[in-house]
Amino acid sequence: MENKFKQEKKQVSIFITAGYPKLESTVEQILFLQEKGIDFIEVGIPFSDPMADGETIQKSSSLALSNGMNLEILFQQLESIQDKVKIPLVLMGYLNPVLQFGLEKFLQKCQNLNISNLIIPDISFEIYTFKYKELFEKYKIELCFLITPNTSNKRIELISKKCKNGFIYLVSQNATTGQEKGEKDLSNRYEEIKLLCKNVPLMMGFGISDKQGIKKAHQYCDGAIIGSAYLKALENNFQEKFMADLL
Amino acid sequence: METTEKKSITQPDENGFYGEFGGAFIPELLALQVEELRINFEKCKNDVSFLENYHSLLKDYVGRPTPLYLSQNLSAKYGCKIFLKREDLCHTGAHKINNTIGQILLAKKMGKTKIIAETGAGQHGVATATVCALMNLECTVFMGEKDIERQAPNVGRMKMLGAKVIPATSGSKTLKDATNEAIRFWINNPDSYYLIGSAVGPHPYPQMVAEFQAIISAEIKNQLFEQTGNSLPTKVIACVGGGSNAAGAFYHFYDEAKVELIAVEAAGEGVYSGKSAATSILGSPGVLHGSLTLLMQDKFGQVTEPHSISAGLDYPGIGPLHAETISTGRVKSIPITDNEALNSAFELCKSDGIIPALESAHALAALDKIAIQLDDVIVVNLSGRGDKDIETYLNEELKMKN
Repeated sequence: MENKFKQEKKQVSIFITAGYPKLESTVEQILFLQEKGIDFIEVGIPFSDPMADGETIQKSSSLALSNGMNLEILFQQLESIQDKVKIPLVLMGYLNPVLQFGLEKFLQKCQNLNISNLIIPDISFEIYTFKYKELFEKYKIELCFLITPNTSNKRIELISKKCKNGFIYLVSQNATTGQEKGEKDLSNRYEEIKLLCKNVPLMMGFGISDKQGIKKAHQYCDGAIIGSAYLKALENNFQEKFMADLL
Repeated sequence: METTEKKSITQPDENGFYGEFGGAFIPELLALQVEELRINFEKCKNDVSFLENYHSLLKDYVGRPTPLYLSQNLSAKYGCKIFLKREDLCHTGAHKINNTIGQILLAKKMGKTKIIAETGAGQHGVATATVCALMNLECTVFMGEKDIERQAPNVGRMKMLGAKVIPATSGSKTLKDATNEAIRFWINNPDSYYLIGSAVGPHPYPQMVAEFQAIISAEIKNQLFEQTGNSLPTKVIACVGGGSNAAGAFYHFYDEAKVELIAVEAAGEGVYSGKSAATSILGSPGVLHGSLTLLMQDKFGQVTEPHSISAGLDYPGIGPLHAETISTGRVKSIPITDNEALNSAFELCKSDGIIPALESAHALAALDKIAIQLDDVIVVNLSGRGDKDIETYLNEELKMKN
């Protein structure tokens, strides 16, 4: 199997919250972002208690939930546009909604929809290894792990060995989503990390909000992921302008 | 001869699981902090000088051992021996300080200078602010906006002790949300020490909190022996929100099969009223705040908002040790409504001259729900005093009269 995220050109990805700002926005947004030339989309599964997220994603999640979003509806929406979607979709969400849906049923659904990569931040590398690995492998779904500038070199190497068909998600700084960049210059650390990841595509996210941020991330990584900033644009119906400025 | 010793349920496996429950379900952003904590806790928990320090502070600063008081009036009423473990007499007014003393010594050892905590009723917040003042460390406490209103006296105490109290304004604005905010702050400030007060959170927190609270049952054993000639009671009753006082009161009895352990949950306005926090009845396995445990949630895995008149029990989960021991039947859970707890609180005031915390009043109310034999020796863990709840008590008494 070929790694969809291994490309010559530098990639740009956008995170959206499924069911935000309206229940049917998931479909509209995926098609809109694909048309604008985004390379892959992270579709966030809303959760009541998103512990690694800042205010923007918290707010979008609780609105999406009050819109009635849940995994059954999300899979229906994704099925309805399966033929139109040409770029990779990555589902991202906390473990609990997935567990209640049934992890195996969830992985099966993803396989049917040709979604081969997931980000579930509260499945740590250790928990994955001893508890869930076999099930993920059975359905050929790859969990993309997060690393941070503080993650040890040894651990980064361990994680990168496990990633064959996905990417490593480099959290730009040790902070929840949507935070302003810290003062610390981490460029040397980013360079080290890129080397440690060897051939595994490296995508940077958290705190990237505009074209400049993307450019900076592209200096060290294969791709950049925008989340909170795009959700803010959506909230104000500025997405056309946001995309025009971005690309 | 080879002997195979059965492992105690109080000890999680190497991944932090108590049977099916527990673990460390944490994002990579917390991996380093939690690992650092795990390693240091392992080092300290068997370190002689660390433990000496801990026990000497418990004795001279907290005022331990707390009395095990044979209540003549309750004993007469129920026709057996009823002892109250007086955790309400600890410095700061609740059992919470047993754990904050232990963890603050650990934080000191780790060279931490900034301490964060979540609090529901405010007792853990006060206990954290207290030990931070004692050790000259910076203290930030997250507290649900709703709890700030209903536990105002404790907010004042925390502030007086020099802590910064940050309101949690998301979700139900109670303990769950305060915990979310504390975790987010910890992610953003990885150098700080997160001092969890309940037996919840990612491994090693549930184990650590249980072990620092285990002093409660260790003392009960000694005191019962002194007073009755037998160190084992027939029943131990404690309330469970996240479950720190219950973990401590049960700890040394888990492996004594003859001792019945009763965990009392808050049923709010009735278990099935939609306004309840009776997790072991309404909950199912799920992941919240870093561990797999019993959780109140809807069928899509969204955490539902609990309700209890008692801010300390107003939590949609229980600690993984409790989830496991209740699931296996080792511990029995009993739901108690807001009104039943209030009645028990008023009764204890009149019968024994003790104003219990609303949380502890739930444990007392369970005495009406269990079958009692003449030869029963029952210990009720009176986890805290009721000063913080005076306003609620007076308002409710007024309502009852009208």
